[in-house]
Amino acid sequence: MAAIEVRDLSKSYGDVRAVDGVSFEVPDGEFFGIIGPNGAGKTTTLEIIEGLRRPDSGDVVLLGERPWPRNPRLLPRIGVQLQASSFFERLTAREQIHTFASLYAVPGATADEWLERVGLVDKADTRVEDLSGGQNKRLSIACALVHDPEVVFLDEPTAALDPQARRNLWDLLSGLNESGRTVVLTTHYMDEAEVLCDRVAILDHGRLLELDSPRALIRGLERPTRITVPGDLAGLDGVPDLEHLEQTPDGVELTTARPAAVLDALARLDRLHGIAVAGGTLEDVFLEVTGREYRA
Amino acid sequence: MTPSLGPFVSLSSAILKGFLRDKASVFFALVFPLMFLVLFGGIFGDQEQSRLDMVQVGAVPLLDDMPEQARAAFDATFAVETSDDLDAAIGEVRTGDADVAVQMQGDELVAHYTRTDQVGSAIVQGSLRAFVDGTNVALSGQPPTYSLRTEAVEDDSLKAIAYVTPGLLGWAVAMSAAFGAAATLNGWRQSRLLRRLQLAPVSTRTLVSARVAVTLGIALVQMAVFLGLGVAFFDLVLTGAWPAAIPLLVVGTLCFMAIGLLAGAVAKTTEGAVNMANFIVLPMAFLSGSFFPLEGAPDWLQGLSQVLPLRHLNDGMLDVMVRDQPWTAALVPMAILAAFAVVVTLLAARLFRWEST
Repeated sequence: MAAIEVRDLSKSYGDVRAVDGVSFEVPDGEFFGIIGPNGAGKTTTLEIIEGLRRPDSGDVVLLGERPWPRNPRLLPRIGVQLQASSFFERLTAREQIHTFASLYAVPGATADEWLERVGLVDKADTRVEDLSGGQNKRLSIACALVHDPEVVFLDEPTAALDPQARRNLWDLLSGLNESGRTVVLTTHYMDEAEVLCDRVAILDHGRLLELDSPRALIRGLERPTRITVPGDLAGLDGVPDLEHLEQTPDGVELTTARPAAVLDALARLDRLHGIAVAGGTLEDVFLEVTGREYRA
Repeated sequence: MTPSLGPFVSLSSAILKGFLRDKASVFFALVFPLMFLVLFGGIFGDQEQSRLDMVQVGAVPLLDDMPEQARAAFDATFAVETSDDLDAAIGEVRTGDADVAVQMQGDELVAHYTRTDQVGSAIVQGSLRAFVDGTNVALSGQPPTYSLRTEAVEDDSLKAIAYVTPGLLGWAVAMSAAFGAAATLNGWRQSRLLRRLQLAPVSTRTLVSARVAVTLGIALVQMAVFLGLGVAFFDLVLTGAWPAAIPLLVVGTLCFMAIGLLAGAVAKTTEGAVNMANFIVLPMAFLSGSFFPLEGAPDWLQGLSQVLPLRHLNDGMLDVMVRDQPWTAALVPMAILAAFAVVVTLLAARLFRWEST
């Protein structure tokens, strides 16, 4: 059964069509990403699924239930992390998660375990106002997960974090669907979606442009792979399936649609040392489907 | 969801901790109003009219030969020093160092007073005239036909502090209830905690109950501290039905929470909401007699003050706490405050928004 079914969802704010006829399904246990630039309609889509907003038209079924209007049967089964840090003022990290735990009738010991799991034991007695951006997000994620929900919604969990903190958070996020939990994440970082998500929906101007696994989307581009090896062109004219061969300041760049054959040939030539292989990225996919550069 | 006390207790505790750790909130709820209490306590604490300074120039047989009893009454009113220099004595009166300078011219007692102190000069003239008349009656050898006895309608122990305490308490409670509700609503809306809680299995009723419980707790602590300090240090004496002030204060707190909710619903930011609550409560405190009694105010102002809930809270508390009225005196103010609370809450609910955008 699908954890989430979204059919023909639309929502307008005045003249702006924030969400425009979006349909998709998320199976149980999937790590699902909604990506797109700011203002693409990611958050609105997420909040309609959570039950915070009423769609103008269309239909949402979440864990077999309608999320709108506020559905008390659903609430204990879902966890949400909103974009803003929605905390009680002037509480410490521990008090914060204990308060949320008690709302879900979860024992304090479980709350402490989550504090440990997100690496905030050292900061347990620090007030939320004094946490760093990354610690803040970690606590917010822990508060969303403290009651072990079946579906968890994370709205841009790594926004406004420095690259180091972002990567630290990926380690935490990547394990979230291990126990069969469904995770829905929005992000405007393409690399993040590539690393974390089983499938991604690319949203722009409220419309769903593509929906598939990051690998399949990139493969679908049929973009040639660029292989760079140090050194010069000597001995490389025998490499098969090359579309292009060029000397660059970094070495030699080989462009091919069949990287396996090329790498094989390079191995026989003992030219694998210092090699760099670059395939397409989700950003290339975005460029392909929207016809313009991706702007995060 | 099974009804349980857990969420209520943990929400209340979260709100209470948030309040206690906010030094500004605690200051404005307790310390600031207490500063006023101490200030007014100091101003009004010594209620006895201080004695008037009299300079007696030369011999004044009327005063010097006063009978023993009259002398005691006279000394209670005047502090007398003697001088031989009339001009210097009049100079002292003119500069305010003395209230009156007296001399005898034949059988005439001449009192030099200053019109700059109207109360003092009235007492001087009245007292001296009484002494002169009394002495004339005594000299006539006839017993006086009429006599006068004055009694204050209040208990002898009543001090002005008794009037000030309920008013300041009313202001303190109104302020912290309105600020608390306004700041919570806006702060939670801005941080989107309201939205987050909307997605948690906790009912709006539980959420509102927790906030109300904390505000009521704070109001009762304010009351305990005010009355405790008043009784301990400022000779405040509570009259019989004073416990009726507790339910009155509870209803008053709800009323001002509703006003805070309205401010919180209208304003866009926490600062804006608190400023708006202040803008409503502070003038209301002045017009409702929290800082000074309204008895001397013009009629239109007294009429205007009747539409202000704080006026009714203050009046009700005065009645049962210090004016020795029965507990039933609190009923009408309670009904008025409750009606205010209901109307303002409905208005706030209509204007309520989940989000600040």
